[in-house]
Amino acid sequence: MNHLPIAPILLPLIAGSVLLLSTRWPATARHAFSLVAVVAQLAVAITLFVTVKDGPIRVYALGGWAPPFGIVLVVDRLAAALLVLTAIVACASLLYAVARDTETSAPRFHALFQFQLLGIQGAFLTGDLFNLFVFFEVLLIASYALLLHGLAADRVRAALHVVVLNLIGSALFLLGVALIYGVAGTLNFADLARVIPALTIADAPLARTGALLLLVVFALKSALLPLGFWLPRAYGAAAAAVAALFAVLTKVGVYAVLRVYPLAFGPQAGELANVAEPWLLPLALATLVFGALGVLAARSLRIAAGWIVLYSVGSLLVAVALFSADGYAAAIYYLVHSTLASAALFLVVDLVAADRTTAGDRLDAADATPHGALLGSFYFVSAVAVAGVPPLSGFVGKVLLLDAAGAHPAAALIWSSLLGAALVVIVAFSRAGSAVFWRTVPAPAGAPAPPRPSLAALAAPAAILGCVAALVIWGGSATAFAQATARDLANPAGYIEAVLGGDHAQPDDRRRLR
Amino acid sequence: MEALFAIAIGTLTSCAVYLLLRARTFPVLLGLTLLSYAVNLFLFASGRLVVASAPLTDQGIEHFPDPLPQALVLTAIVIGFGMTALLVVLALRAIHATGGDHVDGGER
Repeated sequence: MNHLPIAPILLPLIAGSVLLLSTRWPATARHAFSLVAVVAQLAVAITLFVTVKDGPIRVYALGGWAPPFGIVLVVDRLAAALLVLTAIVACASLLYAVARDTETSAPRFHALFQFQLLGIQGAFLTGDLFNLFVFFEVLLIASYALLLHGLAADRVRAALHVVVLNLIGSALFLLGVALIYGVAGTLNFADLARVIPALTIADAPLARTGALLLLVVFALKSALLPLGFWLPRAYGAAAAAVAALFAVLTKVGVYAVLRVYPLAFGPQAGELANVAEPWLLPLALATLVFGALGVLAARSLRIAAGWIVLYSVGSLLVAVALFSADGYAAAIYYLVHSTLASAALFLVVDLVAADRTTAGDRLDAADATPHGALLGSFYFVSAVAVAGVPPLSGFVGKVLLLDAAGAHPAAALIWSSLLGAALVVIVAFSRAGSAVFWRTVPAPAGAPAPPRPSLAALAAPAAILGCVAALVIWGGSATAFAQATARDLANPAGYIEAVLGGDHAQPDDRRRLR
Repeated sequence: MEALFAIAIGTLTSCAVYLLLRARTFPVLLGLTLLSYAVNLFLFASGRLVVASAPLTDQGIEHFPDPLPQALVLTAIVIGFGMTALLVVLALRAIHATGGDHVDGGER
């Protein structure tokens, strides 16, 4: 058996453990080791992506225990694409953290960063519901520590909310898992897809409760309204490199919805067909509109960037909530785009804030930024990407989404919400940009000018924005890939066959337990 | 026995919800602990309650408990313990950083 599918879990685990012991290393050695580890993860992710991009699904049974009884990792198109995305964002934010030296305040930063990646990549790879829970917890506990790092009062306060909310979320997750296991007798995604449609009418309400409890949990992770109020403050308080990586975190919740619901509770699921559909669309639309208003109301750039995450999650889940192949394709394209765009925005905002000596990231009139032309261009490009204006990939994503929503019964509502929210975001970013770069007062004489940001610190957002541009330049292949992935999601037979096919133990053996 | 088990889970959960709504870090912490007890018992029950039987399968035994939920509960206990420990440290830190034990920071 080829062991590559487990490498995205083992690499950060080993690198993180070594980094935990590295307190006596010189800082440069620690930086270099951590950077090499994330670049290696990028290489592994790209290798996996190349092997599955034409359709074959790779299944890795840990310890050789055959599914549905053992633990499996599944690499399909969706998981591989998200692995590559995570690795790209991780490389850029780590480069930024090293360049800006944000890790000096927390000696364990690099180890925590690797454990964060372990949790994210594990969640993308896992093939069963309980390990999804385990990897969620791994990524959460690392994210709490990363959010706290520096221990400033506003970070502690934001982290307290995040931790308590997510602990309640974990409890609900376990309740949902227990309900589903209680009626289905399995937690493997593929096996659930086979067992759920055959549930009796007596068992269906319990499974429905479990499925909707899981939806609540995924909504909390992806910051869907009304469970998303914690996000802007927490992301606004986090260090920039951490916030950029957190742009991937909310997408793990979206990924979980995309993975579980079309597969196990899709149109073929009998009593439980489309169980999430009546809830997801209204909540996603509300999140979209509310997120856009939040961007407009924000008094500082960091908080605005936090609201942007909420806004993009709203647009994404609108696409998912269409529960059609076109909707999934739009969701996948937009997911990649919005993660990159919001990660770049967090980094750029931090550069801008560091360049304004008195006002920081607040939207007040202040002394002119000494490097306004350079940072202003970065801000402009990332705002264009985030707001979904041509020529960058946000526009392509929006068009795919509008196109997919055209056939939906609520198309008028979806179109007006999407376009209205996009307009609000454009207004908010123009206003913020003019406040920061144009509405300036003369600098007090003799104040030292902040140094020009280092090349490495500029390279990190530039690399991410380069990927956003690449999504447009090779837009044809990107949309073709998104559509192929969406077809896999809409027709899960291939996934089920890949995981459960072959001469594995049959479910009748397990039924004996009941 | 099922009734007793269900009542125990229900009592734990309602106490947990009450404590969670107190909005002070220490009661919230206790509430989360109680909630995790309730959830662990619930998870355990998802394998069905079986009394007076072998812990695992044995030839000729008709009713035996499902071993998988036990493994799940064990994992959940370990994770819950780690999370609670983190929250204790965080709550102490929050008192120092914000000057109070209210979950929004400071004295209210």
